[in-house]
Amino acid sequence: MAKYIGKRLLYMLISLWLIVTATFFFMRMAPGNPFTSEKQLPPEIEANLNAHYGLDQPWYVQYGEYLLRILKWDFGPSFKYKSQTVNDLISEGFPVSFLLGLEAIFLAVAIGVLLGIIAALKHNKWQDYTAMIVAVLGISVPSFIMASFLQYFLAIKWGIFPVARWEGFMYTVLPALALASTPMAFIARLTRSSMLEVLANDYIKTAKSKGLSSGAITVKHAIRNAMLPVVTYMGPLTASILTGSFVIERIFGLPGLGAHFVTSISNRDYTVIMGVTVFYSILLLVSILLVDIAYGIIDPRIKLAGGKKGE
Amino acid sequence: MEISKDKFKVVGTQLEDAEKISKPSLSFWKDVFVRFRKNKLALFGLVLLAILIFMAIFGPMMTEYDYKQNDLANKNQAPSSEHWFGTDDLGRDVFTRTWEGARISIFIGVAAALIDLCIGVIWGGIAGYKGGRTDEFMMRFADILYGIPYLLLVILLMVVLGQGLGTMILAMTITGWINMSRIVRGQVLSLKNQEYVLAAKTLGANTTRIMGKHLIPNAMGPILVTMTLTVPSAIFTEAFLSFLGLGLTPPLASWGTMANDGLPALRYYPWRLFFPAIFICLTIFAFNVVGDGLRDALDPRLRK
Repeated sequence: MAKYIGKRLLYMLISLWLIVTATFFFMRMAPGNPFTSEKQLPPEIEANLNAHYGLDQPWYVQYGEYLLRILKWDFGPSFKYKSQTVNDLISEGFPVSFLLGLEAIFLAVAIGVLLGIIAALKHNKWQDYTAMIVAVLGISVPSFIMASFLQYFLAIKWGIFPVARWEGFMYTVLPALALASTPMAFIARLTRSSMLEVLANDYIKTAKSKGLSSGAITVKHAIRNAMLPVVTYMGPLTASILTGSFVIERIFGLPGLGAHFVTSISNRDYTVIMGVTVFYSILLLVSILLVDIAYGIIDPRIKLAGGKKGE
Repeated sequence: MEISKDKFKVVGTQLEDAEKISKPSLSFWKDVFVRFRKNKLALFGLVLLAILIFMAIFGPMMTEYDYKQNDLANKNQAPSSEHWFGTDDLGRDVFTRTWEGARISIFIGVAAALIDLCIGVIWGGIAGYKGGRTDEFMMRFADILYGIPYLLLVILLMVVLGQGLGTMILAMTITGWINMSRIVRGQVLSLKNQEYVLAAKTLGANTTRIMGKHLIPNAMGPILVTMTLTVPSAIFTEAFLSFLGLGLTPPLASWGTMANDGLPALRYYPWRLFFPAIFICLTIFAFNVVGDGLRDALDPRLRK
């Protein structure tokens, strides 16, 4: 186990280093310097600005300093908004994104698992077909389209929910639903197929023949084992919720980190793009690692030591 | 309970009958086709796909409008007999633009899938066939690349490389091929120790011939499924990027850019968002359903 975690940690660090390095060089290659969009600056001022941000140093010095700063959890200043650092942006926007993400994960898992279980228990009946059509639709409708449909019908047309902004629980429902729709569909399909597999096992037959009710069998024996693939999906789920938040927060005008990220992209605010990308990557890689470790603990049948990364 | 003997009768065993082939013999792909045809949802997806492709080819010709022709006197018109899907904020015909967008979206999807296929088959094929250290090294490399969050990398690349069709396909395929290479590697690993490969080797076939004639054709099923499922994810990525303002440059129309343009006007001119949005969903749906159907049809465990 320790060996496995060590190996995974090593790969994670290499991936992270690649991302940090790639972002650094990409941003150097990117067209224009951070100050080009403003009015033509006198050369002295530009030299001063460059010195202030360390841009007059050779690239290897800048690169080294950048790596050191990331190690110290400092993602640097924003070039567009002089008084703000990337850390400020993260501490301001991330709580909103985090809350929204948690709500979406909860929705996706709860509804997805429920749909999947119903579909498996009513295999090849209309409940199964309905649940699976809902799931295929959920997979086929991108989150930003789901968001605009929800916003148009439930908020603008029928006025059930507020249209936009972030002022209370009611404001979170639509964005969370939109974020949850695709992963929910994936989870429903996963749960269904793993439930079907589990239900065909001998120990289910045993439970049935010793006279357990089908409810007890489902709850006590089937669901626990059927949940394992869903646990592995938690990593991609985090990724999907996270990237989904870019557009969803924009559509609903939420002050989250995803919205800040999109703004920084259209502003070409390179340091913010860099910092937030690195932050997101750390977040994602760590959560995927945690999920994999958790999986090994939950399912004793899996021997992690010789195992390879989940496919 | 008494069971009388007259309820039974000897049927007899006839050896010839036992050996008789009851079903007509089918080649592998015929068999797949027969099973695919039974899957109504997949068949529906295929028909839908055919319609979408037909419209992508002929749709823009059905109207008298051009996709980039402005008509400021008729901007933001609701759908009517003049403009079937209405017009946008520059008076451009949404129907024409939708099918023009279909061309671009489907092109991006298919191009990304084909490039993924080429790189993935070569990389995964070599790794799986050579095995040992080569395999270890090549797959570790793929693992590390795979660790990088896909959409973040694509966004980053689009920011650096600038917007456009070519850069978008490049950005998508830079890590997109990894999935395909894993599938191919797995297939090659399981196929390369089969007797017919040994026979081919004994007959003096070289590696290229064994790969091209024996291994890859036998791995075609999973490769095809992966390809079909890559297309919708590429279409999704295109729409997503365009929606972030990182997509194609105007006046080019893709479904993503049209949806992005339509979003601010959602309250008053919903059709500007709805038409492209619905066709994004339909296309992704059709490819997904066909891919799922193919996977089920290819899975020998599901054979009845």
